[in-house]
Amino acid sequence: MIVAAGTFTAPSIDWFALAPLLVLLVGGLVLLVTASFTPQWPKHLYAYATVALGLAAMVVAFVQWHAITRDGPKLLVGNAVSYDHFSMFGIITICIGLSLSAMVTDDFLRREGMEGPEIYGLYLMAAVGGIVMVMSNDLIVLFLGLETLSISLYVLAASNRRRAESQEAGIKYFVLGGFSSAFFLYGIALIYGGTGSTNFNRILTAFDSVPLQRKDSLVLVGVALLLVGLGFKVSAAPFHFWAPDVYQGSPTPVTAFMASVGKAAAFAALFRVFVVALPNWKDDWRPVVWVLAILTLLVGSISAVVQTNVKRMLAYSSISHAGFILIGLEAAGHSGASTRSGMPSSMMYLMIYSVLVIGTFAVVAVVGRTGDGATDLGSFRGLSRQKPWLATALTVFLLAQAGVPLTSGFIAKFGVIEAAVDEHSYALATIAMVSAVIGAFLYLRILISVWLADAEVGDEKREAMHIPISTGAAILLCVGFTIYVGVNPEWLIQASDRVVLVAVPVVGG
Amino acid sequence: MVIAIATPTTTWYLLLAAMLFSTGVVGVLVRRNPLVMFMCIELMLNAVNLTFVAMANKLGDIGGQTTVFFVMVVAAAEVVVGLGIIVSILRRRPGATADDIAELKG
Repeated sequence: MIVAAGTFTAPSIDWFALAPLLVLLVGGLVLLVTASFTPQWPKHLYAYATVALGLAAMVVAFVQWHAITRDGPKLLVGNAVSYDHFSMFGIITICIGLSLSAMVTDDFLRREGMEGPEIYGLYLMAAVGGIVMVMSNDLIVLFLGLETLSISLYVLAASNRRRAESQEAGIKYFVLGGFSSAFFLYGIALIYGGTGSTNFNRILTAFDSVPLQRKDSLVLVGVALLLVGLGFKVSAAPFHFWAPDVYQGSPTPVTAFMASVGKAAAFAALFRVFVVALPNWKDDWRPVVWVLAILTLLVGSISAVVQTNVKRMLAYSSISHAGFILIGLEAAGHSGASTRSGMPSSMMYLMIYSVLVIGTFAVVAVVGRTGDGATDLGSFRGLSRQKPWLATALTVFLLAQAGVPLTSGFIAKFGVIEAAVDEHSYALATIAMVSAVIGAFLYLRILISVWLADAEVGDEKREAMHIPISTGAAILLCVGFTIYVGVNPEWLIQASDRVVLVAVPVVGG
Repeated sequence: MVIAIATPTTTWYLLLAAMLFSTGVVGVLVRRNPLVMFMCIELMLNAVNLTFVAMANKLGDIGGQTTVFFVMVVAAAEVVVGLGIIVSILRRRPGATADDIAELKG
């Protein structure tokens, strides 16, 4: 039963194919070690280094994207890691999120007097975890990536030690995150028991070789537990309770990072597991995803209406966006990874949403002022008179999140709803559009405060708002991307259409 | 006196693991002390470890047993982070329970 040590052959490793991951991993470790030896460095160098590492990883991923177009996808490290367009698309999304978040974080940390390399080290480690999740072709590898990401995020959420809210966000995220990880892991154990392996290829072939396994209750319970575990991570209702508290309590740039990188990685993992590894059980999981999508859409958009804190509103809006992406998953559940509908439109949604959410939270970070406390709706009143350009940028982001045409958000929402209609999920598409309308009320409420309301009494006594250079640059980049993709989306749609060529379905591998 | 001793099968271990896991779930949901909630999560993870070992034994596959080591390492890393966060909260508010840590709501 136990393989003798002499017969063990280590898998060959294609180091170049893992380069984006290695750049961030090695970069993060070097950053932390050098920073502890050279305390006299100018502090913003850490942010520049993080942005540079993120961009470097992104460039490598672009090169690999073209290499994959030329040579085709493949599996690496003993079939545990997949090297395909899906991975690269996810990696590029994560690197964009990482670089933009680091730009916003730099100014934030200086304002709060918390400068140091730790947050950037954690960002890089979290991004590494996210990339491992996106590339994984084995449930255990996926779990390790998930934990690397989550553990970094727990610390990041609690990283502002002066604010009790940040600590509270940290402990809540930690307890619920650990709870959901245990569910996820139990799901892996049961699927392992039912199919005999944790490798995606073997899970696929287990179904073909033993037809009766179709009814295997172990696997079905395992699939349900995996859905619960990942549902927590993507904040799908009814597993969304942590999201508003954690989003509100965490330092604002960390919230941006969590909502972009964390969500993109978790959703990519969800697609990997359900569309790539478990398509044979799709008739079992698809109805559940259907219910989750509807619940998530409605909970996200309706609960947002009664909130008064903008970070909390955006948390609920993030839940409702998760509902839209679940629609894509449901559509992919009909067609598998073979057609161009559900999976590519969801991956495109993730990239577009990552940029949007970082831009929005960058504005919130500026309005929050020192102490990161002024995030209630009242603090946004009269913003257009104090900082008209900031108000314009916020308007662009919120309209895009609402799905107004000529912004990227419209392309994203249109993509998933079109995918649902193509698969004849008319009920789902209708509810999505209704909840988009309810959601629009939330965004308009913020915009009315920004443009039409007068500043709160006593607002002039508060510290003046100050837009630092790199945050401003990040906001500008996000606005540019949002409008450019909204006006000219063809290239992104074409690129995302290629993610369906995943490395896995080589049955018998 | 003869005591009939049944040989434990895989099912026994799986049932035990399921019971341990449920105990952990109930503990997280019911207990209010962050440390105890945290211990319950560890209990859940160890129930999963037991499942993995039982399955690996049943399948005659080494994969499940090696997985346990990964899970243990991950659990250890979680302990470090979790205790760090709990200590930093308790330093601010000694004796805090999960109900006291409730400034964020809405």
